[in-house]
Amino acid sequence: MASTSITEPVALADANADAVPSEAALRAHEDKLRRRESMLRIVAPVVIIAALLLLWEWTVRANNIPHYILPAPSLILRTLFDNWDSLSSALWFTIKLTLLALGAAIVGGVLLAIAFALFKWVEIGLFPIAVILQVTPIIAIAPLILIYVSNTTAALLLCAWIVAFFPILSNTVIGLKSADSNLRDLFQLYKASPWQTFRYLLAPSALPYFMAGLKIAGGLSLIGAVVAEFTAGTAGKETGLASRILESSFRTEIPMMFAALLLVSLLGIVIFIVFAALSRLVLGHWHESEMRRER
Amino acid sequence: MESTTPSTPPLVTLRNVSKRFANGTLALQGMTLDIGEHDFISFLGPSGCGKSTALRLIAGLTRLSSGDMHWSGANTGKTQSDRDLGFVFQEPTLMPWAKVFDNVWLPLKLAGMSRDAAAPVVQQVLEMVGLSRFADVYPRELSGGMKMRVSIARALVTHPRLLLMDEPFAALDEMTRIKLNNDLLAIWREHRFSVVFVTHSVYESVYLSNRIVVMAARPGRVIDEIRIDEPYPRGEEFRTSSRYNAHCTAVSQSLHGALHGLDIDH
Repeated sequence: MASTSITEPVALADANADAVPSEAALRAHEDKLRRRESMLRIVAPVVIIAALLLLWEWTVRANNIPHYILPAPSLILRTLFDNWDSLSSALWFTIKLTLLALGAAIVGGVLLAIAFALFKWVEIGLFPIAVILQVTPIIAIAPLILIYVSNTTAALLLCAWIVAFFPILSNTVIGLKSADSNLRDLFQLYKASPWQTFRYLLAPSALPYFMAGLKIAGGLSLIGAVVAEFTAGTAGKETGLASRILESSFRTEIPMMFAALLLVSLLGIVIFIVFAALSRLVLGHWHESEMRRER
Repeated sequence: MESTTPSTPPLVTLRNVSKRFANGTLALQGMTLDIGEHDFISFLGPSGCGKSTALRLIAGLTRLSSGDMHWSGANTGKTQSDRDLGFVFQEPTLMPWAKVFDNVWLPLKLAGMSRDAAAPVVQQVLEMVGLSRFADVYPRELSGGMKMRVSIARALVTHPRLLLMDEPFAALDEMTRIKLNNDLLAIWREHRFSVVFVTHSVYESVYLSNRIVVMAARPGRVIDEIRIDEPYPRGEEFRTSSRYNAHCTAVSQSLHGALHGLDIDH
């Protein structure tokens, strides 16, 4: 009796070890898979982009394509470094314009959304105007704005703001209205004040929608800033990347155009990455959209 | 239609209460009911019989169109104090962005109680529903039954005199439902609050309640009240007893009368 009670658990443990891998081994295996996937996420695009650049470089060199038609990537990079002083100040101006417009869009969009959610008549009265602003192409309004607003920077900011604020407004309005109706009842049952209902129920419910709007608005504010500057031409004391592109197109400095374009794209990518990371940071622990799914 | 303990006044009194929706539907017609101290009342009936409407009326979530509702002494159509009431919905209705602790703390937080002051009470009710080790997890990490336990803990955190439950276990599997039925009965017996429990399950209503209010649809109305005079605690031996079966048959017949508008025995 005594001997079986000692040997049996050992035998069972051995059998277990044979049949199923230990938890630690499973976790190590999972980690390996996850690392491999995240490596792939970085390596695959880098390899493909590098291959495309090499193909481009080779095509230009092999066919002796003149640089005023299609510059090679190496020439674009060299132009970027040679003209860094002028390009970096233009980049800085575009960043400033984009972020200011986005900041104003967040403040304006969220405040308007709260007003819409709180007062039905505000929504009924103002939503059509927001839609008109949204559906009219900015490039068509920009010349008028530039005429009426004497300060060029302010006019550019206004243009970029008009483009960026709508996704934040409409998403936040939907978000504020999307709070679970049973939870609303619960807050009513416990006699929550309007502020408590907003702070503890409506705002958290709206957060995923707001973050989705923010991701769109981030890209749009850059587009708005660039389009507005195109319309303004190279007027104004300070000028951004769009002015560099315009200038170099007048002078047919194609490599310079590509260099400025590269910076615009990079800026857009950085904005996208920052807001995607922010969204994961804010929602990752509870919202479906940002949760890692087990497979 | 007397309460279980005629010596003490009923907790809530409904007299000829009706509810007509804005679209003209008569959701509830002439309901008269006394909810006594420590009653466990089930509202049983088909969908559209106004059982949820009646529950929302008692909770003050919707206004009655005519009739009278009293909360022991106070003669308003509202509850005497918001703390007197707990409500459990059909879905767990938890805030997904908040941990279990914060979900249960909510009613006290809305009443102005700080986290530190509320902590002992929150821990106590979590213990009551068997989730003391889960205060620090998000709702999505819990099973359906555990989420419902959190929901019950939240409803009990204010130590209400009346717990209103709107088909709380309808979406759960049979085993979980039985377990939660037993745990709910144990908590109810220990803390001596009153329960109004909306269900469409004859078996559940007989197992849990001391009074079953049978309701019919179009218009929603009460057609019968059946007392289940069986002692608590009720356990597996009651669930498998012939008395339990007899009660279920009687309640089913009353309910079928409600469904078909005639007595199926004749």
